[in-house]
Amino acid sequence: MYNINCDVAIVGGGPAGLSAAVAAKKEGAERVLVIERDESIGGILQQCIHPGFGLSYFKEELTGPEYAGRFAEEAEELGVEFLLNSMVLEVNEKEGNVVCVNKEYGMTCINAGSIVLAMGCRERTRANIMTPGARPAGVYTAGAAQRLVNRQNELVGKKVVILGSGDIGMIMARRMTLEGAQVLAVIEIMDFLAGLTRNKVQCLDDFGIPLYLSHTITKIHGYQRVEGISFAQVDERKKPIPGTEQFIECDTLLLSVGLIPENELTRQTGIAISPVTNGPKVNQYMQTSAEKVFACGNVVHVNDLVDNVSTESLKAGKYAAQYAMNKLAATVKTVENVPGENVRYLCPQSLSISEENEKASLYFRVLHPESNVTIIAKSGDKVLAKKKALRVNPGEMEHIDFNTAEVEGDNVTVSVLKEV
Amino acid sequence: MLKTDVVIVGAGAVGCAIARELSKYHVDVVVVDKRDDVGGDASKSNSGIICSGYDAYPDTLESKLIVAANPMFDKLAAELEFPFIRCGALLPAFTDEQYEKLPSIKETAFKNHVYDIEYLSREQILAIEPELNPEVKGGLLIPRESIIDPFVYVQALAENAYENGVKFLLNTEVLDIKTEDGQIKSVETSAGTIECNRVVNAAALHCDDIAAMVGKADFHVEARRGQIYILDKNTSCKVNHIVFPIPTKVTKGKLMTPTTHGNMLVGPTAEDLDNKEDRSTTAEGLESIYEDVRRMIPNVNVRDSITQYSGLRPNRKPEGLHVDVYEDLPGFVNLSGVRSTGVSVSPAMAKYVVEKMKEMGWEMNLKEDFNPIRKGIPCFREMSNEEREAIIKENPLYGTIVCRCETVTEGEIVAAINRPLGARTVDAVKRRVRAGMGRCQGGFCGPKVLEILARELNVPTGEINKNLNGSYMVVGKNK
Amino acid sequence: MKKEIICTVCPMGCHITVEGEGEQILSVTGYTCKRGLEYASAEFAHPVRILTTTVKTDSEKCPLLAVRSNKPIPKEKQMDCMAVIRGIQAKAPVNRYDVLVENICDTGVDIVATGVLK
Repeated sequence: MYNINCDVAIVGGGPAGLSAAVAAKKEGAERVLVIERDESIGGILQQCIHPGFGLSYFKEELTGPEYAGRFAEEAEELGVEFLLNSMVLEVNEKEGNVVCVNKEYGMTCINAGSIVLAMGCRERTRANIMTPGARPAGVYTAGAAQRLVNRQNELVGKKVVILGSGDIGMIMARRMTLEGAQVLAVIEIMDFLAGLTRNKVQCLDDFGIPLYLSHTITKIHGYQRVEGISFAQVDERKKPIPGTEQFIECDTLLLSVGLIPENELTRQTGIAISPVTNGPKVNQYMQTSAEKVFACGNVVHVNDLVDNVSTESLKAGKYAAQYAMNKLAATVKTVENVPGENVRYLCPQSLSISEENEKASLYFRVLHPESNVTIIAKSGDKVLAKKKALRVNPGEMEHIDFNTAEVEGDNVTVSVLKEV
Repeated sequence: MLKTDVVIVGAGAVGCAIARELSKYHVDVVVVDKRDDVGGDASKSNSGIICSGYDAYPDTLESKLIVAANPMFDKLAAELEFPFIRCGALLPAFTDEQYEKLPSIKETAFKNHVYDIEYLSREQILAIEPELNPEVKGGLLIPRESIIDPFVYVQALAENAYENGVKFLLNTEVLDIKTEDGQIKSVETSAGTIECNRVVNAAALHCDDIAAMVGKADFHVEARRGQIYILDKNTSCKVNHIVFPIPTKVTKGKLMTPTTHGNMLVGPTAEDLDNKEDRSTTAEGLESIYEDVRRMIPNVNVRDSITQYSGLRPNRKPEGLHVDVYEDLPGFVNLSGVRSTGVSVSPAMAKYVVEKMKEMGWEMNLKEDFNPIRKGIPCFREMSNEEREAIIKENPLYGTIVCRCETVTEGEIVAAINRPLGARTVDAVKRRVRAGMGRCQGGFCGPKVLEILARELNVPTGEINKNLNGSYMVVGKNK
Repeated sequence: MKKEIICTVCPMGCHITVEGEGEQILSVTGYTCKRGLEYASAEFAHPVRILTTTVKTDSEKCPLLAVRSNKPIPKEKQMDCMAVIRGIQAKAPVNRYDVLVENICDTGVDIVATGVLK
C-alpha cells in the first residue's frame, strides 16, 4: 500500500475541511493533507453558484465558488497539500491512519498525528419522508438537481414542483426559472418556512412562484416520467385533510426536505454519535470520543450558514494541530452540556475544562419559533451568560458564549425563555 | 426477418431459467420482453426469499416444484455467482391460538417432504432472534428457507443463457402470435416479426393476454400488489432469519428478513388491484406493514427506511400453477399461476418445462459445449485491501468510488454497462452493481452514473432512461 | 400605490408597508430598525438583485463556468440579462473576476466569473 505521512489529515475538501486545513497550518502543523473525493476542492460550494455566503465571516456577499476559492487560495499559499480523487474507506484511530483509494496510487494509507472528519452531509430523500405514489424518473433531491444544472449543464425538467421550503429548494426554484423552466409550486408541510425569508422573497416572490404552507404531497403520478403530483392541506398532526387534495401537472419533482450528516466513517470508527444531531459528539475543541479524531462542519451538525461552518472548523483545525504537536491542554474535568427549555441540542455536547480559561461557544437550535426571548447558560445555579433575542427560529442556529473558568458544576444548561 | 426455433415471452426469473435450460440444447432461442432490462416485473420486486415449500398445498405442481428447486440453488449460486444465503426462517407464535397451529404447519411441511423443520422453545428462539417480541411462546425453524439477490439471479441466468447462444430482445412488446392449422408461424412484436414455431408463455402478469393470442386463455390474471420497505444497513433493529407470521386463512402475512446485502426488508402487503399498472405505494399500505410487523418485532424502525416500493404479482383466476401444453397447438407451452414463488420455482420449473417439450416431441439434442459458468462483476466492496490494490493496478477505474453509500467503483459500473446484456438504464446499473441502492438513493452518484452511461453508450444524456422507454432522466442540455 | 415588503435584512422578517407613486415614497410603516426602513424604501423604488448563473465553456471536462453580476442589477432585467448570458461562451483560461460581459443590458453592471477555468 502507498504510504503518506502527515501531521494533520483532513477528510473532505469542502468549506469545513478547507477552513480546518488553514487553521491547522497557521497553528504550526508542518504537513497538513486534505483528502478529497472529487476532482477539485470546494465541495458542495462549487455548485452553490448563488450569493449569500460570507456575510458574517468576510462581511461581504459572496457566491459559493468565491467563498470556497478564498479558503482554497489561502490553504494553497500556506502550503496545505491535497490528495484529490480519493475516497476514504477507513479511519483507524488506534493506528492513527486513514485508508483511502485513489486511481493513481491505488490503496493509500495516510499516517497522521491527528485526523479531522469533514465529510459534510447528504440530503434526505423521498424515502425518508415516505412520499407515497409511483416511482417515475424526474424525482430529484434539490442538491442532485443543482449539480446537474450548475455543473453538468443538464436541463432537469420543464415543469417543476418543489417539496419542502428549505433553502436549496427555493434557490433551485429561482435557478430553474432563470434557465427557462416553469416552477409551479413550493409545498411545505410545516406552517412556517424552513429556509430563510430572504430566499422566499428573492427566489419565490420575485418570480411569482406560489408557496403552500401546511401542505404535503399525497401522491406522485406517472410510471415512466413524473406526470404530476397530488397535494393536500395537512392537519395539526401533519396528516392530509380529506377533500383538500389538488393536482398539478408537472414533469419534475424536487425535494428539499432536510440534510443528514454523513457519518458512515464515523460510525465505522466506533465514535460516539449524538442521536439528535446524527453527528459525532464533540467537546469545545471539536474533538470526538476518539481523542485523535476531530470533526467539524455539517458532519457534526447541519448548519444553515457556511460562515458558521468555517468558524467551527477553524477551531477543529487549530486544536487538531495542537493535538498532533502534543500541545493540547490537559483536561481537568469534563462537563456535559444539557439542552434546557426550547433547545433541541447543544454543540459541542461537552466541555473539556483545563487549567487555562477559554472562551467556549455553544451552538444550538430551538425547538419552535419564538419572539422576545432570553437565552441563558447556567452551571448549577450560576449564570454563565445571558442575552436577549427578538426572534428565534428552528431554521436559524443560535449561540451563546462564556468563559470555561466560570463553570462550577458537572454540567451546563442552556435555555431559551420567553420573556414575561 | 428474425428466425428462431423458440420464442420465450418474458425475461423474468422463469423465462430466463427456461432460456438457460434450453441453451444446453441445440435449439435457437429468442427471449422477448417489453421492459428495458432482464429481471422481469414480479421477479424484481419480490421479497428475495427462496422458499422451502413447507407451507405449499401438498401434492400440487407448485409444491413439487418449490421443494425440488430449493436444493438446486447451492450449485446454481456457485456456477452463476449470485448472492444466496441459507439463513433459515422462523415462525414465532405469540398467542396460544398461534402456538396451537404449529403442529398442523409442521404436518403440512412433512407432507411436502420438508422434514428438517424444528420446534424451538421460547428461550431457544429468543437466543437466536433477540429482537422478537419477548411474549413469544415458541415457534418453528425452517432451516432451508433462504435469501437471494433476485436481480443478480435473473441477470446471471440471462447472461449465462446469452453466452450459450440465446438472443434477447428487450424494449420489445409481443403484439400477436400467428398460427396456421394448429402450428405457430410467427410472433409479431413491436420490433418486427419473429418467424418461429414454438412459443413459451412466461409473461407472468400478462400471460393471459399472451395466451389469448392463441385462444388458450381459459383463465385470467389479476394483479396483487405488494408494498415493501427496505431499511438502512445501520438500522438498530435487525433480524438474522426470515421472520414469518403464523399465517391466517386470508394471507401469508407480512414478514421481516435480512437481504443478501445486509439491509432489512419489511413487507409485503397483498392488495388486489383492478388494473395491472398501479405500482404506487400508499400511506395506508405502508402503515399496515408497520402495524403488523411490530407485533412480532416491536423495535422495527421503518423510519430507517431507505426506499419503499411495490411490485405486482400475478394472481391467477382460478388459482394454481399451470404448465399447459396442447395437442391441438403442440408448439405452445403456456405457463400461468406463477405468483410470488416465481423465483423460488424457477430452476425446477425450467427442467420441468424442458421435459414437457420433449414429451411433446420437440427435437432436443444436448450441446457438448454448454458452459454453465457465469462470472459476476468483481465487487470492490467485498474485497480485502490487497485484492483492491491488485484490481486497481489492472483497471484504474476501480480506483474511483462513484457510489459512496454502497462503495461502488467506476470500474464496476463500466463493467455493468459493457458486459453481455449490459445495463442501458440507470436502474439497470443499480440492480447490477448497487450504485444508487444505498441510503442516499442516488442523490450523489445519480448524476455521475448518468454521465458514465452516456459516455459508455456514446449517446446524449437526454437519451438515458431511468428504466422504461419514456423515463428520461434529463430533458437535454441547458445551453 | 401600496406595497407590502418582507424585510430580508435580518431573520426578524418584518412586514413593512410602503405607500407612494413611482419612485416617490409617501409613507413607510411596520419597520423596526433603520436598516429595515432603508431596505423597504430601496425595494419599493428600485428593487435590485445580484444575478448569478453559469456560462457555457469550451472545455469538455468543465462544461460550465459560474458567473455573477459584479453589482446588483434592476430586478426586472434579470431575464433580459439571462438571454444575453445564454449566448456567450467562455474560453479557457478564465480567472476569478475576469469580465465576461461588460455593461450588460446597459445596466452599467458587468458579468464576471466567480469560478476558474483552467
